[in-house]
Amino acid sequence: MISYQRFVLGNGLKVLVQEDETTPMAVVNILYDVGARDEDPDKTGFAHLFEHLMFGGSVHIPQFDTPLQLVGGESNAFTNNDITNYYITLPAVNIETAFWLESDRMLSLAFTEKSLETQRQVVSEEFKQRYLNQPYGDVWLRLRPLAYQVHPYQWATIGKTLSHIEEAEMEDVKAFFKQHYSPDKAIMTVSGNVKTAEIKKLVEKWFGDIPAGMKYQRNLPVEPEQQEMRRAVVHADVPLSSIYMAFHMSNRLSPEYYVADLISDILSRGHSSRLYRRLLKDREMFSEINAYVLGSIDHGLFVIEGKPLPNIAIENAEKAIWEELIVLQEEPVKDDELEKVKNKIESTMAFAEMSILDKAMNLAYFELLGNADLLNEEISRYREVSATAILCESKKIFRKENSSTLIYLANKHDQ
Amino acid sequence: MINRSVAPTFKSLETFHLLRPEEIKLDNGIQLFSFNGGEQELVRIEWVFNNIAWKDRVPLLNVALSGMLLEGTTHLSGAELAEQVDFYGAFLQPEYAFDHLSLTLYTLNKHIGKLLPLIKDVLQNSIFPEKEFQTYCRNNKQTLSVSLKKNDFVARRLFNQAIFSSTRYGYSPEIADYDAIERADLQGLYQQQIRPENCLIFIGGRVDTTVIEAINHEFGQDSWGRNAADIAKNKVEPYSFDAISTALIYEPKEASLQSAIRIGTRTIDRKHPDFSYLWIANTLLGGYFGSRLMSNIREDKGYTYGIGSGIGTLKHSAFFTIATEVGADVTSATLDEIAKEMKRLREEMVSVEELEVVKNYLRGTFVGSLENVFSHVDKFKRLYLADVDVNYYQRHFEIIKKCTPSDVLETANKYLNDEDMAKVVVGKGISSKKGQG
Repeated sequence: MISYQRFVLGNGLKVLVQEDETTPMAVVNILYDVGARDEDPDKTGFAHLFEHLMFGGSVHIPQFDTPLQLVGGESNAFTNNDITNYYITLPAVNIETAFWLESDRMLSLAFTEKSLETQRQVVSEEFKQRYLNQPYGDVWLRLRPLAYQVHPYQWATIGKTLSHIEEAEMEDVKAFFKQHYSPDKAIMTVSGNVKTAEIKKLVEKWFGDIPAGMKYQRNLPVEPEQQEMRRAVVHADVPLSSIYMAFHMSNRLSPEYYVADLISDILSRGHSSRLYRRLLKDREMFSEINAYVLGSIDHGLFVIEGKPLPNIAIENAEKAIWEELIVLQEEPVKDDELEKVKNKIESTMAFAEMSILDKAMNLAYFELLGNADLLNEEISRYREVSATAILCESKKIFRKENSSTLIYLANKHDQ
Repeated sequence: MINRSVAPTFKSLETFHLLRPEEIKLDNGIQLFSFNGGEQELVRIEWVFNNIAWKDRVPLLNVALSGMLLEGTTHLSGAELAEQVDFYGAFLQPEYAFDHLSLTLYTLNKHIGKLLPLIKDVLQNSIFPEKEFQTYCRNNKQTLSVSLKKNDFVARRLFNQAIFSSTRYGYSPEIADYDAIERADLQGLYQQQIRPENCLIFIGGRVDTTVIEAINHEFGQDSWGRNAADIAKNKVEPYSFDAISTALIYEPKEASLQSAIRIGTRTIDRKHPDFSYLWIANTLLGGYFGSRLMSNIREDKGYTYGIGSGIGTLKHSAFFTIATEVGADVTSATLDEIAKEMKRLREEMVSVEELEVVKNYLRGTFVGSLENVFSHVDKFKRLYLADVDVNYYQRHFEIIKKCTPSDVLETANKYLNDEDMAKVVVGKGISSKKGQG
C-alpha cells in the first residue's frame, strides 16, 4: 500500500507527493503524456529523439546535467510508445535544484543546432547498437508493422528507419515541444525524504508561472479487428532460427488486461511455467521460450517467442506452441496454478515498494491511466481473475486470424 | 519574478549512515550476517560459497554447478522444486561469479517456513540428473552461439583473456567446452564446494529471531552429510598473471555497423591506499554521464550511444576498463580521442570546478546507493568477501571530500597510462597493418 498526496497547479500541472522518511534521498519524476504513438507516420522516432534534446540545455540553463551532478544528483529518462518519462535522484536537501532544472526545460528549451546535430548522431548510433547490429535486433521493426496496419503502434519508439532521425529539423523540434511539453500535459511525482507542504511551496515557486499549453486532441486511428492470419519469413544471418507470434489483446485499462497478463505468467513465468516445462524440458523442442504482454495503453499485443532446437522443424515448433494455446482454451486452469501466478504478482509488487524511484514512476503512470489509486488496486484486480475468465480470454486471443507470426530462418552458410 | 538563471543554494552531504550487521554463528559454525530493516514483510537470504577448482577442470564446470543447482534432489525433481518456489511467490536464483557461487532467495516472510526446507534439500541433496544436464549443455551452447554474434560480447572475452591471460579469470567458454564437462565432475565439485565449512549466509529485510532460528534449524545442525575432506587442496591458488601485451587486438567483422572497443588493464584493489583516488579519477574520465569520455565522444562528436569506464574488483585482482560501441567509420577516431582524453588527464591539472562536480556527484550517489536494507547488505558483503575492513567506506568518503587536483594528476600518472593497456576492437574500421594483435 503506497500512500501519497495530490495537488494541482492553476496551469494544470498535477503533483503527487509520496513521503518516505527512511531515505535521505528524493526522486523527482516527470511524465509527459506523449509517446511514439503521437508521431507523424513520416517523422517517426521523434518523441525519443526529443527526449535526448531535453538534456541539451534550456532557456536559462545552458547545461542540464552539470548543475545536477554538482548537488550530488543524477538523471535519466525513457520513451515508449505511450509516454516520455524523466527522473532525477538527488539528496533530499537539494530538491530545489531539481525543480529549478525541470521547470526551466518545461518553460522552454535552448533549441541549439549543435545539440540537435549531436543527438541525431547519438540516436543513430543507438539505433544501430540496439536494433541493427545485433542478431534479431530488428524484430520489432518487423513485427510491429505486421501486427498493426493503421494504429501508430506499428512503429517502434526508435522510429521506422534511420532516415527519419537523420532528417529531423529544428522547426519539427520546436513544433513538437509546443504541442506536447507544457504543465497541463505533465504529471510530477516527488518521492523520498520530503514534506508535502514544503514541496507545494517550491513547486508553486518554480512551476506556477509556466503557462498552460495548446490543446492536444489525441485522435489515433483505431486498429480494425484482424481478419486473417499473417505471416512473414526472414532469411537472416542469425545463428538460430526463431519464432515470434503476436496476438491482439485488450487495452491497459480493461479487466481483460489482467487476465491476459496472468495467462502470460501461466505460460512462461518461472521454471514451473507451462511453455518452459513442457516444450523446453519435457519435449526438448526449444532452447528458449517466453510469453509476455506489451502492456501498452491502447490495445496491446500478447507475444510468444521461442528458439527451436536445430533438429526441430519450424512447423513442428509452431504446432507445439499452438497445442499449448489450445489447452488454455479447452481446459480450465487448476486452482493452485492460478493461485501460483497471483502469489508471484503479490510478492513482485511488495519488492517494488522498496525503491523510491519505482514508487514515483508507478504513481505517475497510474495517475496518467486515470488515478494513482489504481496502483494500490492492482493486486485485487489480479486476485479477481477467475479460471473461467482465463478460458474465455484465451479463446478470444489465441485465434489464427488474430495472429501475426514472424519467422527468422538461419542462413546455414557460416555454421 | 524568480531569477531562473541562478541555481538554488545547495548542501554537500557530509555524512552517511551505514547499517552494521548482527553477526551470528549457527550451531555448526556457519557465519551468518543479519541486517534487520525495511517497511515490507519480506526478506532476502543469500548462501555464498567460495569457488573451488575441482581437479583443474575449466571454470565452465563451476558455471554449470550454478546453472544445474535447481534441477533436482534425492527428494524432488527440478519440476517439483520449481512448482513449489513459484507457488509461494518466491524467487530463488543461483548465480556464478568469478570467485563465488551464491544462491539467493527473495520471499515474503509468511512463506519462509515452507521454503527453507526446499533450499536445505537443494544445498545438501542435489543430484544433477543426466537428462537435465544434457538439456543444460545443449541449450547453453545455443545461447552462446547467439552471444558470439555480438561484437560487445566477443570484445569482453578477448579483453579478459588479454589482461588475465591463462588464469581462471581469463577463461571464456567455447562451444566445444560444453561437450567436455561431465556430470561426475559436477557431483564431485558439489560435494566439495557446497558444504557448511565453505558457506556464508547474508540476510536482509524483516529479520527476527524466528527467522534466525528457522535458518539455524535447517542449515546449522550438522555437516550436511559431507565427508570430511581436504578443501585446502582444491582452493584456487593466488593467480599469477602474464605481462599485458599492448598491441591492438583486432577481430574484424565485415558486416558490422559498429565496432566494440575495450581498453584497460589490471589495477589496484580496495586494500590499496590509492584505490579511492583511482575511483575519483575514473569517475572524472568515464564514470558518470558528465565524464570527459561521454562529453567528448558522445555529447560533442556523436560517435556513440554510450561510453564509460569502470573499475572491477575480484578476490585475486582488480581491473580498469573503458567500453563502448561506436560507428564503424569512426572506430579509429574514437581510439585517438580516448588516448587524447587519457593523456589530458595525466598532463593537465583538472580545474577545481570540474573536480568539485565529481566529488559532490560521488558523495550524493554513494548515499543514494544505500537505498534500502538490501543495499546495505551488498555494501557489507562486498567488503567482507574481499577481506577489507568495515571502515573502508568511511575512509573512502573522507578521501572524496579532501581529494585535490594534484591528487588526481598523480593518480592518473600512476594508474591510467593507456600505452600500457590492452586494447581490443571487434568490428570494422581498422586498417589491416594496425591490427597486429
